[in-house]
Amino acid sequence: MFKIVERKELNPTVTKLVIEAPLVAKKAQPGQFIIVRANADSERIPLTVADYDRENGTVTIIFQVVGESTMELNELSVGQCVHDFVGPLGVASHLDGLKKVAVVGGGVGCAIAYPIAKRLHELGCEVHSIVGFRNKDLVILEDEFNACSDKLIVMTDDGSYGQKGVVTAPLEQLIEQGEQYDEVIAIGPLIMMKFVALTTKKHNIKTVVSMNPIMIDGTGMCGGCRLTVGGETKFACVDGPDFDGHLVDFDEAMQRGNMYQAFEKHAREEHCNLLHKTAE
Amino acid sequence: MALHNMDPKRCPMPSQDPNIRNKNFEEVALGYTPEMAINEAKRCLGCKHKPCQSGCPVGIDIPAFIGKVAENDFEGAYQVLSTSSALPAVCGRVCPQETQCEGKCVRAIKGESVGIGRLERFVADWHREHSNTPATVPAPNGHKVAIIGAGPSGLTAAGDLAKLGYKVTVYEALHLAGGVLVYGIPEFRLPKSIVQQEIEGLQAMGVEIQTNMVIGKVLTIDELMEEYGYEAVYIASGAGLPRFMGIPGESLKGVYSANEYLTRVNLMKAYLPDSKTPIQKSHSVAVVGGGNVAMDAARSAKRLGAENVYIVYRRGMDELPARKEEIEHAEEEGIIFKILTNPVAVLGDENGCVKGMECVEMELGEPDESGRRRPVVKPDSNFVLDVDTMIMSIGTSPNPLIRSTTPGLETNRHGCIVTNGDDGLTSREGVYAGGDAVTGAATVILAMGAGKHAAKAIHEYIQSK
Repeated sequence: MFKIVERKELNPTVTKLVIEAPLVAKKAQPGQFIIVRANADSERIPLTVADYDRENGTVTIIFQVVGESTMELNELSVGQCVHDFVGPLGVASHLDGLKKVAVVGGGVGCAIAYPIAKRLHELGCEVHSIVGFRNKDLVILEDEFNACSDKLIVMTDDGSYGQKGVVTAPLEQLIEQGEQYDEVIAIGPLIMMKFVALTTKKHNIKTVVSMNPIMIDGTGMCGGCRLTVGGETKFACVDGPDFDGHLVDFDEAMQRGNMYQAFEKHAREEHCNLLHKTAE
Repeated sequence: MALHNMDPKRCPMPSQDPNIRNKNFEEVALGYTPEMAINEAKRCLGCKHKPCQSGCPVGIDIPAFIGKVAENDFEGAYQVLSTSSALPAVCGRVCPQETQCEGKCVRAIKGESVGIGRLERFVADWHREHSNTPATVPAPNGHKVAIIGAGPSGLTAAGDLAKLGYKVTVYEALHLAGGVLVYGIPEFRLPKSIVQQEIEGLQAMGVEIQTNMVIGKVLTIDELMEEYGYEAVYIASGAGLPRFMGIPGESLKGVYSANEYLTRVNLMKAYLPDSKTPIQKSHSVAVVGGGNVAMDAARSAKRLGAENVYIVYRRGMDELPARKEEIEHAEEEGIIFKILTNPVAVLGDENGCVKGMECVEMELGEPDESGRRRPVVKPDSNFVLDVDTMIMSIGTSPNPLIRSTTPGLETNRHGCIVTNGDDGLTSREGVYAGGDAVTGAATVILAMGAGKHAAKAIHEYIQSK
């Protein structure tokens, strides 16, 4: 059992939990993830390590409430425990030696992009961050990004905050203005990562994406998270989650991602109905 | 001495009707009653040279325990069993006895062998239901041993070392201990409550089990030995990395590895209506492969409501590697065997879901180096099997996590850890390995045998230091 020591709602659908897990905190690195089960009968779900404090032995996760499992997690308060917390899993992001990087985050993916931007900044790299959200209410981690970025561009789909539009527009603009990036790191919805990869491909800039397929064990024993990368089958949980964005088959990944859509919709509605009943 | 029962046939074991059981996940075989057990036990001739014992990888004194059953001393029988086996209720159910203890029984020369597995199961179940004797906690000997993996091999080694007084900690990557006993073998062959109780028995003896610990990630073997003070480590991490065929369409929705399918069903209990973990609702399922895992996956798919379930295997019925009993059970439950058939592509619909499997027919040619006749493709024999789910059960290999994070640990080209003969010593001092991590995917009882040998070797190593 792993105790929750801090809880903060970053926006109406995104929550941050700081969890006591000293062994995980000791080893975690940016780009790695954990598998969590909120309760004894919960599903195993993967979440990226958003931050860690080796001294205090805590690991931070940030998640968007999208279905039953994240609802269960969201219902836990400070002092309560998550039942299982396994990690750190996956390969850490390779950040050493980079001189200038554009970090592109979309929605809750910014929670994963942030520790990478922070680490790059600590390593002395010039960081340009481009973060995108659907609207003003969903903006997260702006101050944190500001603190570790040499340039920060905030985008919203509806223009209610920052600039209006999607993240690929300012990225393309920066590249065309002559910014020479060693690498672009994109983390967010699959469709966003796909279009970032298409944008950078034109300019031949190395692009790393953090994939988020369906997972169960997260240790390489089932292959549920498999992806096609450069024509080869890879397991995101052990070979990734970071991959070369120009080699990933995004269309296949998007299709595999909706495999249990009907079940998930049903579970979410059931759960909401239960909530209604308790409220009454 | 009671008279022997000279019936050439063994006492049949009651079981659920095939057409009822293929719709539920309850145990298929129901076990002997005390009368049946005594009756069957009396078929044992109590041979002095005990050929059956030599066929048991953990060396149970079989005539001794069966003799106690014949005398109606079930607790006495359990005491004999428990000196050799840490998990008798499990072994009595899942061991391939026909090629082990029962394969050596002299009664098999003229008739059927004694039902040793059934009797072992009966005794272990009887003990669990009737005995309240608290576990004896052995006197500590002051030494610490770490075990990686809470599957059958790790648990057996843990039990044997704990009995000798070692402080044993088992590190398990999943949230539940048991390894293949909890994620692989289905409830209808091995009820999970039984596995749980056997594990609790080990814990009562002082074995500590730490779940959610992925060794190689959260801690390395070097850290366990240098920082945590374990004098020896036993690697029993199994062979859990699934193989795929590399044919077109394997990434389509509806293609599972047997590991994923069975993990969802067994460990995550996706067969229960209120499970939080989903599983595909299938109409027609093809399971590719012919081993016990393939039978488990096929029988699970049938129970989840699939109308047609096919075992697709490239050799013939005689070459199926699964246990005969499992094949018979599968046939009784309505599983269809498509033998001499090999998939060449998975076909998908416009939504990326499986809609069929293109196969070729095979015929058997000359025997290959393994002694089995090599399957050869029949020209122009392509056909499509209409399925919406495909489960790949063509084998697994050891996970690379431990070998990639343990310097100096020698492995072979299959990724299996190399050990020195029977005792399981690896290329690293104080580090032992056994079970599927060494052999590649094999059986539960062989893994348990390896655990026993390693425990003995670790004991000798620590005592001689």
